[in-house]
Amino acid sequence: MSDDVLRIEGLHTDIAQYHILEGVDLSVPRGAVTMLLGRNGVGKTTTLRTIMGHWAAKSGSITYDGQDITAWPTPARARAGIGFVPEDMGIFTDLTVEENMVLAAASGPLDATRLETVFAAFPPLRTFWKSEAGNLSGGQKQMLSIARAMAEERKLYLIDEPTKGLAPAIVSTMAGALRELKRAGASILLVEQNFAVAKALGDHAAVMDDGRIVWTGAMAELAADAGLQERLMGLSMEVTG
Amino acid sequence: MLTAILSGDTPRSRILTVLLLAVLVCLAAAPFLFPGVRALETAATICIFIVLVASYDLLLGYTGIVSFAHTMFFGLGAYGVALASTHLGRSWGALLVGTASGAVAAAVLALLIGLFSLRVRAIFFAMITLAVASAVAVLVSQLFEITGGEDGLTYQIPRALTPAFRFGELFGVNLNGRIINYYLVFAASLVLFLLLLRIVNSPFGRVLQAIRENDFRAEAIGYRVVWYRTAATCLSAAVAALAGSLYAIWLRYVGPDTTLSFEIMLDILLMVVIGGMGTMYGAVLGAVIFVLAQNYLQSLMGVAAGAAEGLPVLPLLLDPNRWLMWLGILFILSVYFFPTGIVGRLRSGR
Amino acid sequence: MTAAPDHAPTMTRLSAADRLAKAAPFLLVPVLILAGFLAIGTTSSWLTLTVSGLAMGMMIFVMASGLTLVFGLMDVINFGHGAFVSLGAFVGISVLLALPGWTAEPSLALNLAAVLLAIACAMVLTGLSGWAFERVIVRPVYGAHLKQILVTVGGLIVIEQLIHVIWGPDEIFLNRPETLQGAVTFAGAALEKYRILAVVFGLAIFLAMRLILRRTKIGLIVRAGVQNGQMVESLGYRLRLVFIGVFVAGSALAGLGGVMWGLYQEVITAGMGERMMILVFIVVIIGGLGSVEGAFIGALLVGLMQNYIAFLEPKLALISNIGLMTAILMWRPQGMMPVVKAK
Repeated sequence: MSDDVLRIEGLHTDIAQYHILEGVDLSVPRGAVTMLLGRNGVGKTTTLRTIMGHWAAKSGSITYDGQDITAWPTPARARAGIGFVPEDMGIFTDLTVEENMVLAAASGPLDATRLETVFAAFPPLRTFWKSEAGNLSGGQKQMLSIARAMAEERKLYLIDEPTKGLAPAIVSTMAGALRELKRAGASILLVEQNFAVAKALGDHAAVMDDGRIVWTGAMAELAADAGLQERLMGLSMEVTG
Repeated sequence: MLTAILSGDTPRSRILTVLLLAVLVCLAAAPFLFPGVRALETAATICIFIVLVASYDLLLGYTGIVSFAHTMFFGLGAYGVALASTHLGRSWGALLVGTASGAVAAAVLALLIGLFSLRVRAIFFAMITLAVASAVAVLVSQLFEITGGEDGLTYQIPRALTPAFRFGELFGVNLNGRIINYYLVFAASLVLFLLLLRIVNSPFGRVLQAIRENDFRAEAIGYRVVWYRTAATCLSAAVAALAGSLYAIWLRYVGPDTTLSFEIMLDILLMVVIGGMGTMYGAVLGAVIFVLAQNYLQSLMGVAAGAAEGLPVLPLLLDPNRWLMWLGILFILSVYFFPTGIVGRLRSGR
Repeated sequence: MTAAPDHAPTMTRLSAADRLAKAAPFLLVPVLILAGFLAIGTTSSWLTLTVSGLAMGMMIFVMASGLTLVFGLMDVINFGHGAFVSLGAFVGISVLLALPGWTAEPSLALNLAAVLLAIACAMVLTGLSGWAFERVIVRPVYGAHLKQILVTVGGLIVIEQLIHVIWGPDEIFLNRPETLQGAVTFAGAALEKYRILAVVFGLAIFLAMRLILRRTKIGLIVRAGVQNGQMVESLGYRLRLVFIGVFVAGSALAGLGGVMWGLYQEVITAGMGERMMILVFIVVIIGGLGSVEGAFIGALLVGLMQNYIAFLEPKLALISNIGLMTAILMWRPQGMMPVVKAK
């Protein structure tokens, strides 16, 4: 499995006195979309945040692009090419859309052709380019959060529930943008509750329960097996899909 | 029985027990063990500062909030007694009225400040108390018609508490009103200290400590954090005011320098930190060590500065007026390397 | 599924009330100036007081700006900030006193050169001390407010005492450079030249700061970092370095404020910074912790209020700022323009 952009082994993370991750083993193959699934509160967000360095791993290792980044500070991980879109979107609401995008291009000025791609995927961002991001609607904020991740070349994207609470039309816009990212060669680790989106985008799937990965395999396999879904996540996703 | 008096909060260290007993015995028998005016002054100051520091520890150590207004509350109590004695004349009633009104005023003011600042952020409290305390200090020196300004107030207290009142001799020591006054201070301080010990070991005190450890969790469990913090502030302020009243009764004088100055505020901080935050007994050791050091070490620094004369810089650094600088350094080092203070060390080293 | 969305872009419209609420703090300054005019009655006194209030406000702002950003960025509360005010004043004034030839000449160019040199020396030295202070005093106590307050108070005392060791225990009196003494008359009001200069200078600093915060990338990082530091780090910026930079800049600005204040008062003491901190804290609180604009407005309000009340009812001047703080906190418990913190 040398073609994994990210490999996590035996990852334990505590938050205060709570053990959240209890030995996560996970591989994210290069150039594919890996879905991280599971019920609420099983540690999906904590897994992403530990990869990003927001929480320190108590034990275990995180290998990214052949390097052990377990002890790296967050900015170093970002500079190495990991893009992060948090569940709360992490928009700087006091800044304009433009300023948010300028900041997102950490290594230099904003690239004009990239910007055109962003505008093509998310037309409202062009309209509200000079507006304060805090005044955007929820969907527009989510667009901005993905757009920020696209502002620069990244090898790996960690994206936490990008379609949460969005209207169907915007969900499909999001999905289109993520597909575009993948086509450009990026690897994506995606936490997603909307099974239709997961099914449409995912190549691989990993299911978490109680701070561990309990199943890994092809997304298609999981999507096809309602019984497996029931057993792993306590509900058949076909119902919602 | 003893445990009950201590509210179940025993020293939990043999050395600490011995030290505390020694302090208790020395203070209880001070007029007879250490005859002399200066020694008695020192002993009374220690008694009062133990209460003052312990009441501050209720806030800093047990509740985890920093106040810079403790001397203001201390001063309110002192000025209460001074003003009552000045206007109502020399009487026990004046002392009582002054003490009571000082304590009530302190509690009310603490309530107001608490409601304003603690509601938003505990960190506001430190800044707002600093602002209010300094405004009050300036106000006191400005309103000299009432407060005597920078000169302060001198007043009469009941004759039975003054040196002029003599009533015999014991163990070769002349018994006078000053000794009665000392025992009044001593007894009141002891009672107040035991009261504080009771408060911090009550369910209320335990909630305070839970808030100090994690205010979000305490709030989530269902405790009104703001209410508890404000209540602790009021209690602490009232006790500080009582200590101030004792000080006023003992000194028969109040002035901004003896009760309101920022320097005393720093002294209190240092005593709490050195003794050990969040351990009432720390206040005892902190106050004893600090007051002794202040009274006797400063002269030592003068000697050292004299000895270092001729050397570059050193005499300047050792100048007794630079006492505060060494305190500051000691203070920083204590917070870094000695955060649990002497009591914490003694308890863990057992 | 195609990439093109077919929904019309809309934006949550701000209602008139929202707009007013946003603009309200900015309106307070003219409102206070107007109220001052109505209460004072005579144009000349009002003008004099307004200029000196604005001058005082500008100087307080210069001292407060660094403190509020330091808090906003790293949640660090520095009670030792005032030490840099005193230190800056002593360094700057020492430079001025060492240049009697430049300051005594009735030449504006030479006088300003002396003042600028003094300011430069003061800022370099306080900036360096700020850097050392951050490393030695503040860094070991990140994330612990209680200890932060305690050790930075300790640091304040030590620096103040060191000033006594270096410059002696007494206050130092000084005269402003020749051409900055005296007043000009305008509309029947005597306006002290130095106060006008202080207003201009303070305003220039505020505008420069705004420009840096709005137009440069480092400014964007600072503004974004105040709001959501973790996200800024997730984008690849080392916020710690930015923070140290802001701490150093804030200390240098405090030093600058100290020089300006020293020239304003024509006397400096080691304790001046400590006393100024009280006003600085009030300003930072009513402005909203972390907000530079809030601190600016707060500082002007404090300066104006203090001067108006001192004229109208001298005894109340001392508590007027406490009253102002109380009123503003009743209106907005988080301060006028609180930074919306993520999380």
